[in-house]
Amino acid sequence: MASITRLQKLEILADAAKYDASCSSSGSTKRDSRGGKGMGSSEGMGICHAYTPDGRCISLLKVLMTNVCMFDCRFCVNRSSSNVQRARFTPDELATLTTDFYKRNYIEGLFLSSGIIRSPDYTMEQLVETARILRHKLDFRGYIHLKTIPDADPELIAEAGRLADRVSINVELPTREGLAKFAPEKDDKRIKSAMAVTRSQIAQWKDERKKFKSTPRFAPAGQSTQMIVGADGSKDAQILRSSADLYGSYKLKRVYYSAFSPIPDASKDLPPTRPPLMREHRIYQADWLWRFYGFDLEDLSHSMKGGMLPLDIDPKLAWALNQRAQFPVDVNKAPKEMLLRVPGLGTTSVGKIVSARRHGRLRLEHVGRLCRNIKKIRPFIEAADWRPTALTDRSDLRDMLAPPAKQLSLAL
Amino acid sequence: MQITHLDHETDFDGWRDQARDLLSKGVRPEDTVWRVGKAETDLFDRLTGKVDAIPPVKQITVPRSFLSNAQMAICHRDPARFDLLYRLLWRLQATPGLLANAVDNDVYRLNALTKAIRRDRHKMHAFVRFREVIGEDEETFIAWFEPEHRITELAAPFFMRRFANMRWSILTPDRCAHWDKKSLTFTDGATASQAPQEDELEDLWRGYYRSIFNPARLKIKAMTSEMPKKYWKNLPEADLIEPLIASARALETQMVEAAPTPVKRAASYEFADLDTAPADAIKALRREAASCARCDHACHATQTVFGEGPTNASLMIVGEQPGDLEDIAGRPFVGPAGEIFDAALADAGLMRDEIYLTNAVKHFRFTPKGKTRLHQPPRVAHIDHCRWWLKAERALVQPRLTLAMGATAIRALHGKPLKVAEARRGFECFDGGDALASLHPAAVLRQTTQANRDACYRSLVEDLSRAKQHAPAA
Repeated sequence: MASITRLQKLEILADAAKYDASCSSSGSTKRDSRGGKGMGSSEGMGICHAYTPDGRCISLLKVLMTNVCMFDCRFCVNRSSSNVQRARFTPDELATLTTDFYKRNYIEGLFLSSGIIRSPDYTMEQLVETARILRHKLDFRGYIHLKTIPDADPELIAEAGRLADRVSINVELPTREGLAKFAPEKDDKRIKSAMAVTRSQIAQWKDERKKFKSTPRFAPAGQSTQMIVGADGSKDAQILRSSADLYGSYKLKRVYYSAFSPIPDASKDLPPTRPPLMREHRIYQADWLWRFYGFDLEDLSHSMKGGMLPLDIDPKLAWALNQRAQFPVDVNKAPKEMLLRVPGLGTTSVGKIVSARRHGRLRLEHVGRLCRNIKKIRPFIEAADWRPTALTDRSDLRDMLAPPAKQLSLAL
Repeated sequence: MQITHLDHETDFDGWRDQARDLLSKGVRPEDTVWRVGKAETDLFDRLTGKVDAIPPVKQITVPRSFLSNAQMAICHRDPARFDLLYRLLWRLQATPGLLANAVDNDVYRLNALTKAIRRDRHKMHAFVRFREVIGEDEETFIAWFEPEHRITELAAPFFMRRFANMRWSILTPDRCAHWDKKSLTFTDGATASQAPQEDELEDLWRGYYRSIFNPARLKIKAMTSEMPKKYWKNLPEADLIEPLIASARALETQMVEAAPTPVKRAASYEFADLDTAPADAIKALRREAASCARCDHACHATQTVFGEGPTNASLMIVGEQPGDLEDIAGRPFVGPAGEIFDAALADAGLMRDEIYLTNAVKHFRFTPKGKTRLHQPPRVAHIDHCRWWLKAERALVQPRLTLAMGATAIRALHGKPLKVAEARRGFECFDGGDALASLHPAAVLRQTTQANRDACYRSLVEDLSRAKQHAPAA
């Protein structure tokens, strides 16, 4: 172990961190390096510095402090019973690596997590120490995302919140039963209590900031979590209900969904299959629908079969096909809430339609300019020169709009 | 036909001055031609023309957003951008709200140009890769980058803010930006060979890129739509893309098919013993209640909100169920209704820390709605399930008097329904204890008029005062 190079360590510990989907670097307070000694800025909008062929972005240096872990969560590549190679970074090594990458404009900052070693407090202290070196010693003003350990001392978690832009704890599985089965050392109540503590600390910071501008910031980019899709038997309906609870209860900025992906040296309790990427995508779409489009869980459940969203079409189209009586929607008259329910119209397009229609009646061609694919929208709208007549009610509308079924290609 | 000359391709100030001039003279958009580069004979005229600039005949006003959009659009390589901007400026005089009409041809075009520039600038912020050059006193970081449009000046301030304490240069074919820790300067375009060719950190970066990639999730289109191939030639990690794609499927199959290897070492760790001897029975009860899952809604709540207060209290006050903030804090009566309750206690002359406070139902029941949780009243079954805990609490505290706040608490304590008005005169609990009743403090919050709110609040204080009289201090 002694002769392991920095590159080898990084490879082991990045490999161990890649199953965490979160990589966002947005939504923090505005700041930059002027007037300081170090480097770094955060301007609200996150930046993705590279993309890997899995379509995921690299925004932060996402690594584990160590992949040694005393827990034995079945779905995790770092579980204590896995035979993967182990490594560990010191807080100093991590801080240097972060600034080395940052100076070359490879990353927006650090996303640090860790396997649990010795005790939750010890592990948390090491994570906090890394952030402390970056912030205090190196005056690093870039983005820091820290994973918090559920059973760590609340004072350490509070310190993490003061140093980081975002903190997160993964619930991993949507149901208590799933967690008990696959992650026996984790307890959903303790995870939730830790999130509750963070929610009240963030609320307290926001409250005090109104009175005193100098109040030290507390996780200004909020908290997030991750759920694994497809490791246990949970249905989409359960996942979405859990997620709705989490957003509502702890004011989460994001719930990330991560299709369970085969891992090296997998546990025999888990499905050895390809990751359900399309299912993950549909769940993300459903999540967006109720966060930004005014849908509620009941709307979504209408188009589910056996608690699962359809895979071949998106959940909004599925809803619209079941609710044809509400269509077509007149783009020149309909309220914004109804426009948001038209399949194929996003929040930006709807905003543009609402402000453009004040200048004159919109024709189909105009709507075509404001959205991506007018063919998909046409059956559901009316415009100055367009009425879908029987199109909206055709029984084969679903087939017309669903992407053609195709043989999955094995060739690259 | 009026020919107007601009100093260079992104000469926004020149365009603005001359556009203002043309507009004040009433030169129509279709009669103007914009050219970049000075005409030989024109140089003298323009210089003197600027000195004697005639003030515009009429006030020209444009929305601020037009100027910022024009500043961006001018960086685009579209040769028609100057005409477009002048035409829009002309039309804005008659239609000041024009820019909100996204389906108008000119506005649509302007939006397309600024969108392309914003994206290009964003990609430049993301894909510039500095290489370190060790100088005599300190290191300098130099990057070679080829943006699609002429955006170096637009994108450079971002790097200045981010790397204020670092010397850096960004070289591009059109313009180069330099920061010496004091000022940002620009020079003419450069060539790739003028930038450093390597940096030893790049091996580490490539190692990271390779390791963070998950071969089981290959989604090439998602990558190329965000990191188009045109940027690849200046990204040190890009030469890994092809080999990573080529080996992905094989790696994935290998992982899917591989049988789990036997565990070499048994995991044995010592966990701290979380269970200490109970200090008293109520603590044990509280701990036991923490894992209660008798109701279907228990799994949605954060935690069991157990009662609190001295175990020798003579007065016990029972509410309905925890709300949003109680669920987060793990303590009863800390939300908006809790504030009303605290005020009413004070007005009745009662001390909160002398009373045992609890709820009829110990878990928050709600439906998620957007980013909030809507309170749902407990069902009779929940009240009945949870009576087990209330019973145990009452057996330990043995209050001389109990105050039930609201219908749920009355139902829980009485065991069957009883009207609030009737219960206020006093009733008997399931265990034979004496009880009074009041409105729930949340009822005060629900009133729509101030008069009703005052009346409700007075009634609550009155009931609390009566409870005080009938429950002498322990």
